[in-house]
Amino acid sequence: MTEISIPPETAVADARLETLVERLRRRARLVLALRLAVLVFLVGGWELGVRTGLIDPFFFGQPSGIVVKLIDWFSNGTSIGPLWKQIWVTIYEAGAGFLIGAVAGILCGITLGRNQLLSDVFSIYIKVANSIPRVVLGSIFIVALGLGAASKIALAVVMVFFVVFANAFQGVREADKNLIANARILGASNWQMTRAVVIPSALSWILASLHVSFGFALVGAIVGEFLGAREGMGLLIATAQGSFDSNGVFAAMIVIAVVALVAEWILTMIEDRLLTWRPETTVNE
Amino acid sequence: MTITPSAIELKQIARRFVTPTGHVLSALEDFDLTIAPGEFCAIVGPTGCGKSTTLGLVAGLARPQAGAVTLFDAPVNGVDRRVGFVFQQDAVFPWRNVLGNVMAGPLFRGVAKDKAEAQARDWIVRVGLKGFEDHHPHQLSGGMRKRVALAQTFINNPQVLLMDEPFSALDVQTRELMQEELLQLWAQAKSAVLFVTHDLDEAILLADRVAVLTTRPARVKSVHTIDLPRPRDVATLRYDERFIAIARKINDDLREEVLRARAGH
Ligand SMILES: Nc1ncnc2c1ncn2[C@@H]1O[C@H](COP(=O)(O)OP(=O)(O)OP(=O)(O)O)[C@@H](O)[C@H]1O
Ligand SMILES: [Mg+2]
Repeated sequence: MTEISIPPETAVADARLETLVERLRRRARLVLALRLAVLVFLVGGWELGVRTGLIDPFFFGQPSGIVVKLIDWFSNGTSIGPLWKQIWVTIYEAGAGFLIGAVAGILCGITLGRNQLLSDVFSIYIKVANSIPRVVLGSIFIVALGLGAASKIALAVVMVFFVVFANAFQGVREADKNLIANARILGASNWQMTRAVVIPSALSWILASLHVSFGFALVGAIVGEFLGAREGMGLLIATAQGSFDSNGVFAAMIVIAVVALVAEWILTMIEDRLLTWRPETTVNE
Repeated sequence: MTITPSAIELKQIARRFVTPTGHVLSALEDFDLTIAPGEFCAIVGPTGCGKSTTLGLVAGLARPQAGAVTLFDAPVNGVDRRVGFVFQQDAVFPWRNVLGNVMAGPLFRGVAKDKAEAQARDWIVRVGLKGFEDHHPHQLSGGMRKRVALAQTFINNPQVLLMDEPFSALDVQTRELMQEELLQLWAQAKSAVLFVTHDLDEAILLADRVAVLTTRPARVKSVHTIDLPRPRDVATLRYDERFIAIARKINDDLREEVLRARAGH
């Protein structure tokens, strides 16, 4: 009995494993199918609503109209110039603002977080600055810096800086006291402590803030263009709005969403690379 | 008592904290303890009485409100290079692999990179972690992380070694193994050891002397000399009659304090 039962047992185990893998795969397919179904339902419902007269395309646009608009923009250019130019201008403004704001935020956050007195004094102002709607500053920047890229970059910097700064600051303050004590006992100088303990432990906070803040940089650039500009996606939206072209507004929105998603993807790749030491479960999710 | 030099001396120490409610909490009062160079001294006492606080003072991580802490007859002013500290909590760097963690001390102290790496590889072998050099702490078991902490500490060749319940999170078998390793390492390094533990058997197995602390505010209630011969066999010594006699005596002392601690709360 025992002699014969060994091979079937392993076969059973194999089969069980196979069904488990198969089940997981089936579930993944199901989720994907349902996601597609939701999309088709929403977009299809929208289109159908327009065709049956339930939804007024003048106010709410029409999916097929948006697609036509996108194709038209890509092939013939927009009313304010080639589409690629507008996308590039907005990416440039948001990207430059993001880089400047992030670097400045990280540097200030770490410096302030490492100094007990400074951080006690400034923590209250950080809270205040963080709660002010900073978009309002856009008007001031347009007046001060003009209609060019500088005013949009400035607004993006302000949008990004405080988020990154607050997170870097908090990350430094939250650094494990045990790790700091351990590093000191092992012989770390202040600078070595910053490099070997403080920055690595603040890194997950900082990276999390970078994720959100690229979105903020985009908002800053677009709102800036909205308020006054000669080119860019914000101006494109403002122009479409001015000519009551809701399909144009939606089309521009889709283009911006794609830009944001690509940036998000790049940031996730960087994050995974920098945080390889973390348990896999958090990385793979 | 004697005029032999001391490795660690705590004289009339007081350490007080201000609690969040504004009261003063006295962790140590009139605390006296002296450890000779090369001596292994264990500290036992009720939970929360001030054992970790004591180690923190010796390490120079905090200052006493009264009294003097000296290392080799010189007053402690901040963290001293001759001190090694194995913390109660996990304190290895999660973003560095085993090699990077063990190398950290020498690198901080300005040893050249290739030399530090050679030393680290040597220590990794000695604590039995060969083959795990590239693993990160989250990929190791609790016992393996403790070994990393030991290697990280021992590589700096500390003359004064502070250990705060280093083995309390381990299962009995692993703990015995680590205790044996510790005794071997100590026999080679000849450092003065201050070893905090909750486990009375562990204290007697390892130490030359066991200090029993009172409840908070902690003082040294009694010091027991453990005259069991070395080298000691960690696995069997606890069944020895002399061991049992000593354990009974210290246990009575300790129980009294633990009961008082209970009654006080
Ligand atoms: N930073 C602090 N602020 C306020 N009180 C503190 C602080 N550190 C320690 N204490 C208090 O001092 C007392 C002694 O703490 P300590 O950590 O030394 O105890 P312990 O003997 O190591 O306890 P255990 O055996 O549980 O580790 C405790 O009552 C604790 O609440
Ligand atoms: Mg403790």
